[in-house]
Amino acid sequence: MSCCAPGAELCLHQASPADDEILLASRAVHDGLRQTDLSAPDIRCGGCLQQIETALRRLEGVAEARANLSNRRVRVLWRGDVPPPLIPTLRAIGYPAHVNDVDAGERDEVRTQLLRALAVAGFASSNIMLLSVSVWAGAEAETRDLFHWISALIALPTLLYSGRIFLRSAWRSLKYGRTNMDVPISIGVLLTFGMSLYETIHHGPYAYFDAAVSLLFFLLIGRTLDHVMRERARQAVGGLARFAARGALVLRPDGTRAYLPVDEIEPGMTILLAAGDRVPVNARVLKGTSELDHSLVSGESAPQQAFEGAELQAGILNLTAPLTIVATATADHSFLADMRRMMEAAETGRSAYRRIADRAARLYAPLVHSVAFLSFLGWMLATGDAHRAITIAIAVLIVTCPCALGLAVPMVHVVAARRLFDQGIMIKHGSALERLAKIDVVIFDKTGTLTAGQPRITASGTTDADTLGLAATLASHSRHPYAQAVAALGPDHQQITFDRVSEYPGKGVEARRGGNVYRLGRPDWAASDGESADICDATVSFAINGVGATHFRLDDTLRTGAPEAVATIRQSGVLVEILSGDREQRVRDIARQLGLTWKSNARPSDKVSHVSALKQTGKTVLMVGDGLNDAPALRAADVSMAPASASDIGRNAADLVFLRDSLEAVPQAIAISRAAHALVRQNFALAIAYNIVAIPLAVLGVVTPLLAAIAMSLSSVTVVANALRLDGRVQREPRDSHRAAEPVMLGVLK
Amino acid sequence: MIDFFFLVPIAIGLGLAGLASFMWTLKSGQYDDLEGAAERILFEGELGPGSD
Repeated sequence: MSCCAPGAELCLHQASPADDEILLASRAVHDGLRQTDLSAPDIRCGGCLQQIETALRRLEGVAEARANLSNRRVRVLWRGDVPPPLIPTLRAIGYPAHVNDVDAGERDEVRTQLLRALAVAGFASSNIMLLSVSVWAGAEAETRDLFHWISALIALPTLLYSGRIFLRSAWRSLKYGRTNMDVPISIGVLLTFGMSLYETIHHGPYAYFDAAVSLLFFLLIGRTLDHVMRERARQAVGGLARFAARGALVLRPDGTRAYLPVDEIEPGMTILLAAGDRVPVNARVLKGTSELDHSLVSGESAPQQAFEGAELQAGILNLTAPLTIVATATADHSFLADMRRMMEAAETGRSAYRRIADRAARLYAPLVHSVAFLSFLGWMLATGDAHRAITIAIAVLIVTCPCALGLAVPMVHVVAARRLFDQGIMIKHGSALERLAKIDVVIFDKTGTLTAGQPRITASGTTDADTLGLAATLASHSRHPYAQAVAALGPDHQQITFDRVSEYPGKGVEARRGGNVYRLGRPDWAASDGESADICDATVSFAINGVGATHFRLDDTLRTGAPEAVATIRQSGVLVEILSGDREQRVRDIARQLGLTWKSNARPSDKVSHVSALKQTGKTVLMVGDGLNDAPALRAADVSMAPASASDIGRNAADLVFLRDSLEAVPQAIAISRAAHALVRQNFALAIAYNIVAIPLAVLGVVTPLLAAIAMSLSSVTVVANALRLDGRVQREPRDSHRAAEPVMLGVLK
Repeated sequence: MIDFFFLVPIAIGLGLAGLASFMWTLKSGQYDDLEGAAERILFEGELGPGSD
């Protein structure tokens, strides 16, 4: 019981991956060293870093250990064939850890590239601006030419280096016959640079190098922030414990054992499945009996018995006893893979959504370009001066350059993502925020989403402290989830020792003490007088000498904040319903508590068709779910959320992941997305208003580089300042800075 | 005019020096753990991120 999640009624045990799993998840670096990345969510201070590094470096074989406070990871370099006991060591000093994917630990190349481009653009724009100021101040013609040349020399490499991010993206989208925001940006920047170069060569008075480069600088700020926000969410989600099996212990025909990656397991192979492991591929039980947890696979919350010959789906968790199973399918044909295929199919219905900025660009670019072209034509006809007409047309492009538009959306999204992050909600993509603002139906999965996944226990019959203490002590001898729930009821550290304790799989635990026989388990097994009314709906009974003493009932508990969340969502005029794979009675109980409409026994394909049917009636659907069985529906819905305790595939499918326990994250996210949506529209309005003022001036030919620079900076600052107002718009809950950074401790229920 | 031959290269050179040092800090991983760096200063015997 090393790692109780706060408020949990059952204890979560961190699964300790075998050495093999660490080996499998490590990668070779130079000099025979191997690198392993661990995620340790409890790293919170500088002292933690110190403690972890000292403890790990003391281990034999560890060459280097470095803890990272920002993303709560530990990177260890070690040598040898067998990994050092990293996870047990960390757990012993109080930092439960789990293995991270190797690729997740690599340095973020895109961020580095963006930061470099940003630094170059910053350097160039500040230097060119300095030179420009002296030109604006009225430098003599010779000096002006010199400064223009120096500016051109700085601007050209900057355009190539920092500008390629936009040029490449614009080129890609043009190649597929689309336009995005980068197309007008690229055209504007290239034309501006070309014209300024022409002016410089011909000793003209006006060059717009500063405009071209500072445009890149402003836009790169937006781009970098956008990327950092998404990366942070990706890392936070990637750092959560994995729920899928990475590999399995295979028993070869010659009796040897080998730990093989899931991909290499073939039908017919015999697998030894320890208690606490997940079934790696679809399989059949050869030997052994155990309890299985289906909750992530089918949504059923009650553990089920596994016996010889039972068919198991990949992803099921083995709870109590080791099983010998034989694989019946490869990983590609297992349940997980089926879910992936359904997700891909569901995905195609979703790609129709176009981001608001791209939609704006589709209207904006042709409009701006035709205004520029018309002013060229107009001046050409009026004066016949081609040079002047071109200059004015380009000035139109410069003042309308979508600087403010390019910042309008990312800035709001970055501020919104930070607000969500503070609430423990990770958003993976900005467009999810846009879609979330428009939802009018919310569908909840039951098991693990509306309910906490940890049953609440109620006792009836004899409930005095002594009897409960006896029952709890007896229960602590079993790893069955029900027994663990009963064990948690007992007073701490009670000294009761039984003479003999034996566990009967599928039945319960029996113990002798003095002349008495105590049994805890299935009511009909524990108590031979199993007729009384209490027993009928009891799940576990405690009996002394065959006489039922205490009966325990386990109910699904609602996740914290569930009633409040449902009420808040309904108040905002959104329809709420439950869609579950669990049995009717359990779903009905929960639905009645919350007063919701419900649908039970839904298979994954039923969930998808339900979501699609809703979408076809013109609704925008938010799906909140956690299991493997929810994953296709999460993809099919317009936008989706998953708790941190969701299956890997569910977390990957969801657009938003909330790390805190409370379900109130859902209405919070909706509120923030709506506020953000309003601000995005305001920002567009501001950008358009600014253009309405600026375009006539440019068309009339009165815009100088100085005026363009002022207008550009002013509009960008306005838009950024407006985006920052989001903090004030969403009502602030009293914030506890410590809790804000704290992700929920995760583990695997054994 | 002659002043420009000294002043402009000096100004740009200073800017380039700043840019180069930023690139160096980026390359040596000094932005990988900003929160951790702020805490590590309080403890003794710690090497920089580039040391491993």
